[in-house]
Amino acid sequence: MTPTLDVARIRKDFPILSRTVRNERPLVYLDSAATSQKPLAVLDAEREFYETANAAVHRGAHQLAEEATDAYESARARIAAFVGGRPDDLVFTKNATESLNLVAYAFSNASAKAAHGGDDLDPRFILSPGDSIVVTQMEHHANLVPWQEVCAKTGATLRWIGVTDDGRLDLDELDSVIDETTKVVSVVHQSNILGTVNPVRLVMDRAHQVDALGVVDACQSVPHQPVDVNALGADLVAWSAHKMLGPTGLGLLWGRQEVLSAMPPFITGGSMIETVFMEHSTYAAPPKRFEAGTPMVAQAVGLSAAVQYLEDLGMDAVAAHEHRLTGAALERIGALRGVRIIGPRENVDRGSAVSFVVDGLHPHDVGQFLDDRGVAVRVGHHCAWPTCRRYSVPATTRLSTYIYNDESDIDVAVEGIVAAQKFFGV
Amino acid sequence: MDVESLYQDIILDHYKHPRGRVLLAEPSGESHQVNPTCGDEVTVQVALDADGHIRVGYEGQGCSISQASASVMSEMVDGVDPREAESVRRAFVELMHSKGAAEPDEDVLGDGIAFVGVAKYPARIKCALLPWMALHDAEVRAGIDTNAEGAQA
Repeated sequence: MTPTLDVARIRKDFPILSRTVRNERPLVYLDSAATSQKPLAVLDAEREFYETANAAVHRGAHQLAEEATDAYESARARIAAFVGGRPDDLVFTKNATESLNLVAYAFSNASAKAAHGGDDLDPRFILSPGDSIVVTQMEHHANLVPWQEVCAKTGATLRWIGVTDDGRLDLDELDSVIDETTKVVSVVHQSNILGTVNPVRLVMDRAHQVDALGVVDACQSVPHQPVDVNALGADLVAWSAHKMLGPTGLGLLWGRQEVLSAMPPFITGGSMIETVFMEHSTYAAPPKRFEAGTPMVAQAVGLSAAVQYLEDLGMDAVAAHEHRLTGAALERIGALRGVRIIGPRENVDRGSAVSFVVDGLHPHDVGQFLDDRGVAVRVGHHCAWPTCRRYSVPATTRLSTYIYNDESDIDVAVEGIVAAQKFFGV
Repeated sequence: MDVESLYQDIILDHYKHPRGRVLLAEPSGESHQVNPTCGDEVTVQVALDADGHIRVGYEGQGCSISQASASVMSEMVDGVDPREAESVRRAFVELMHSKGAAEPDEDVLGDGIAFVGVAKYPARIKCALLPWMALHDAEVRAGIDTNAEGAQA
C-alpha cells in the first residue's frame, strides 16, 4: 500500500505557509503549477553552499573550487538519477523555456549552418520547406512559440494534434498529423491548463516510426508523479526546478546521449568550448556544450536537496496524494452551479491543475475574490492562449495542489467561488 | 482594505449596465488593446463631430474592472472637447498611480472616482487603464491633437 503524506508535518517545513495575507487571512496556496513553495531543506542547502563552498566551478586550482565543482556535479548526478538518467545526459539551463529553446535552436542553427556549407551537421536537425514540426493544441507557449520561430527561419510547416471536447489529445489524428515529412514532435506530458496527462509514449513511438525526434515538456509531470525518462520514449525531456520545490533560475534538459552529441550549441561563449582560434572554435561534449558561462551552482545544490526531499516522501506517495486532492477538486468544483471545468472531468490520467470558468464572472474577478479570502490561484490564459481559444474561453481560473495541500484548502476555495457568485449576483 | 471596497457599487453598475457600448459608424481612429496576462480586450474608436467634439465608441470583453472602466470612459469623454477629454484621461491615469492614497475630484472624473480602490491592487491597475490607453492610441491614430489650442482632426 502506498504511504500517505503527513501534510501537517510537511507544512512545518515550509515557513511561507504559516504567513497570513489580506486582512490576516491564513494563506491557502493553490498555485503550485505556477511555482511551488520551498522547504527549509532547500533554503538551507543553498545557504550552506554559499557559506562553506562557494567558488567558480570547473576552473581554479584551489580547494573551494574543487568543493564547489563537486557540489555542482553531485547535484547533477542526483537530479539525473531522480528521473532515471545518467549525469552526462543532463543539461542545466536557466529555466524550462530555455531548455525548449535550446532544442528548437539546434534545428534552426543546424539549418542555417547547412545553408552556408556546414558539412559536419546531423541531417536530423536540418529543416527545409516540406518538412514538418508537430506539437499539440494544449502546449504552453514555451513549447509552441519557439517552434513557430523555427518554422519561420527554415520554411518548415508547423502542425498540431488537436484536443477533444473533454480535454484529451485527439489520438485519431496521430497517424495523419505525424507523417514522413515530420522531423520533430514536441508534446507536453501533463498540461498546465487542462491537467491532462498525455500518453506520451504512444506519441513518441509514432514519432520514431517516421524517424522524427521526440521532445517532451515534463514541467508539470516531474514534480508530481514518478517519471522515468527512458520509459517516456523521448529523445529530449525539459522541465524546471522551481515547480518541484527547487529554486528559480534553474531548468533541466535531459537528452539521449547520442542525440545531445549530435546537437549544435545554443548559447556560446566560455565553458562550452573545446578549443578556440581566432577563426573558429570546437565545442565540448554534452552537457558542457550547452552550459556556456558561469552556471547556476547554488541553484543546482538547492534542487538536489529538493530531490532528496521528494525521494524521502516517495514519488508514488506524492502522486497518490495529489490524485486524491484532484478527485476532491473535480467533484466539489464540478458540483457548483454555473461552474464549468475546462479539461478532463474524470480523475483518470489527470494531474492536479483544475481549470474552470464561472458563468457571468471573469476569472480575474474570481481570482480577486479568492485572494480576499487568502486563496492564491492563477487566473488568465496560463500561457496557453490557443488552448483557451479552443474551448472558447478568454481565460480560466486555475487551482493547483501539491504535497502541502489538503482537502480543506479546496473547501476554502469552493466557499470563495460561491461567495463571488453571490456578490456579483450570478 | 477588502474586496468590497475594490468592487464599489458604481463599478458593478457600469459592469452590468455598460454605457455607450457601441462602435462608431465612421471612426477616424481605432485602437485594439489587450492585457496579455489575462486576456482582457478592448477596442476604442474615436472621431470628431461637426462641433469639434470627440465621439467615442467601444467594445470589449474582460473582467469587471476593465469593462466598467471602458463604460466610465465613454460616459466621461464622449461628446466633449478633446482637450477636456485629455484632462479627464490624465486625471484617471494619475488616480491609478496613486497607490490608493488620492482623493479624486468627482467634478473631473465623475464615476471614475470609484476606481480609487483599484489603485491598491497592482495586478488590476492595467485592467482599469486598458480602455484609456486605447483611447489615447485611437486619438493619436486619428490625428486628434489633444494638447494644442483649437484641436483639430
